Amino acid sequence: MAKKRQSVSIAAYIAIIPMALTVLLAYLGTMLWTARVSVSSSRTFPASDFVGASQYIRLFNNERWLLSLQNVAVYGVLFIAACLIIGFLLAVFIDQKVMAEGALRTIFLYPYAMSFVATGLIWQWILNPELGIQEVLHQMGFTNAKFDWIVDQDMAIYTIVIATVWQASGLVMALMLSGLRGVDEELWKAARIDGIPRWRVYVSIVLPMLGASVSTAFVLLFVMVVKVFDSVVAMTQGGPGTASEVPAKFIMDYLFGRANIGLASAASIVLLSTVLAIVAPLYFVRNRRAAKGA
Amino acid sequence: MGQVVKLDKAAMEKAAKDKAAAAHAAAANDSIIAPPPVRRRKLAWTPARIGVYGFLIVAALFFLLPLYVMLITSVKPMEEIRLGTLFALPVKATLEPWLQAWSSACTGLECNGIRSGFWNSVAIVVPSTILSIGIGAVNGYALSFWRPRGAGLLFAILMMGAFIPVQVMVYPLVRVLASVNLFSSLPGIVLIHTIFGMPVMTLLFRNYYAALPMELFKAARIDGGGFWRIFLQLMLPMSTPVIVVAVIMQVTGIWNDFLLGLVFAGSEHLPMTVQLNNIINTTTGERLYNVNMAATILTSLVPLALYFVSGRWFVRGIASGAVKG
Repeated sequence: MAKKRQSVSIAAYIAIIPMALTVLLAYLGTMLWTARVSVSSSRTFPASDFVGASQYIRLFNNERWLLSLQNVAVYGVLFIAACLIIGFLLAVFIDQKVMAEGALRTIFLYPYAMSFVATGLIWQWILNPELGIQEVLHQMGFTNAKFDWIVDQDMAIYTIVIATVWQASGLVMALMLSGLRGVDEELWKAARIDGIPRWRVYVSIVLPMLGASVSTAFVLLFVMVVKVFDSVVAMTQGGPGTASEVPAKFIMDYLFGRANIGLASAASIVLLSTVLAIVAPLYFVRNRRAAKGA
Repeated sequence: MGQVVKLDKAAMEKAAKDKAAAAHAAAANDSIIAPPPVRRRKLAWTPARIGVYGFLIVAALFFLLPLYVMLITSVKPMEEIRLGTLFALPVKATLEPWLQAWSSACTGLECNGIRSGFWNSVAIVVPSTILSIGIGAVNGYALSFWRPRGAGLLFAILMMGAFIPVQVMVYPLVRVLASVNLFSSLPGIVLIHTIFGMPVMTLLFRNYYAALPMELFKAARIDGGGFWRIFLQLMLPMSTPVIVVAVIMQVTGIWNDFLLGLVFAGSEHLPMTVQLNNIINTTTGERLYNVNMAATILTSLVPLALYFVSGRWFVRGIASGAVKG
């Protein structure tokens, strides 16, 4: 019997070898390697010298990197805020016992099934300054209408917000709606008896109750912001010029295009630290709350 | 003695099957977004109701607009597109752009359309989905029932790994794969998708198995079932609901992937999304917007079809993936 148990547990250990290898090599190993390279003078090939923080100093003197940080901050705030607001509104309005609920949900969520590349390309066409919406506005008689954001240095980043909000706000709607469906029916009765208007109940009582859905949605959207790459490449290629450059694209360019892996590694470590600094506390709080059995 | 054991096992298997059926039924019913319980009262057409529908209809139009533009653009001849009437229905509809997109659109110097990308994507998605789900299921099973020493810690790190930006991992992975001659190859990109899919897949199966009763597993152990036997004969047959969700998530995610395919697949195996971007953004000469839009639809067809067919299962996938963030 004892022998048998032993052989069985060996099978369990063998079974998790792929996971162990993935964690050790693909996740921890690559992270350490990148951290190591970020303090070396590596350019085309990884070097084994030690240059301290000089890659990081160069990074934060790099105009393009600073611009990409500024862009991703603007993009992130607008994208997350717009997705949360639109998603919440859609969920609340769908929750009013409307007809064709299933069809509406399908319509609001289908863009989420599409790739960021396809999303970017569709909106690139709609926002085309010669043949897109701007031209339609002109033909309708608004000859002075200007909607050429996609080729406008100052506005290009907002076109990416529009496209990705279209893509992702259905996701927020789905998460919020499942939260709303968990709200106790008694609450509505009580509110009705007290004569509190429905919108007040949503804002002051229901929204705070949706904390878990909101934080889940926030984390998902935040990860999307950090990863934003495909849609930028598809829509503007980071342009015009470098006007819509984002960190993920900056890093890929310096890794594979400009062969400066030291600088790119420093940039990816900065990116990683930002993610961990924002996601880890949320994750921790939620686990604590889950552990308490809330 | 042997008889008793046999009986026991038969009973256990029956219990397991019942349980599975119950789980399945429950899964089908308690879909994440179940409609609210019966409170059907006739609602009057108050101004507030009209406002609700007004908002929803406007929102629906906004969400449908790009699909509409994409579809009509893809069947218009270029002469009509040059008129700049973005929203107008085609006067002379044609399927020519679709044929061109599929078989003769140019990426750089080659003009073979997007079909090779389609088949590349199929060749990437099928093995990646199977492998990542297989490993995720084994991980989840081992974590929920066997709990080998250290596995909990590995799992915790794996979960954090889900948040690591791909950029941190890309370059070292390129070098590792190159050192074993897997860079720019089909097995290489399959391996990469398996690695990047592992956190979510493991979490998905772990949560599913953790919700099954431990007694089931203990009974199987008492009957002398080993690690693999219990997995293959007891757990896997009960896993249909979670496997469906996993397939939807992985097929959609891997089909829609751009970055990993761009870096790891190599020019011979470029997935459809990368080829689509090449067709549209690297062409010289006049841009054939109708062909571009046809190619975009073709590329989105697989995940969209999956979405429209799977419906609520898709939403379940979002909710379970959401736990990881």
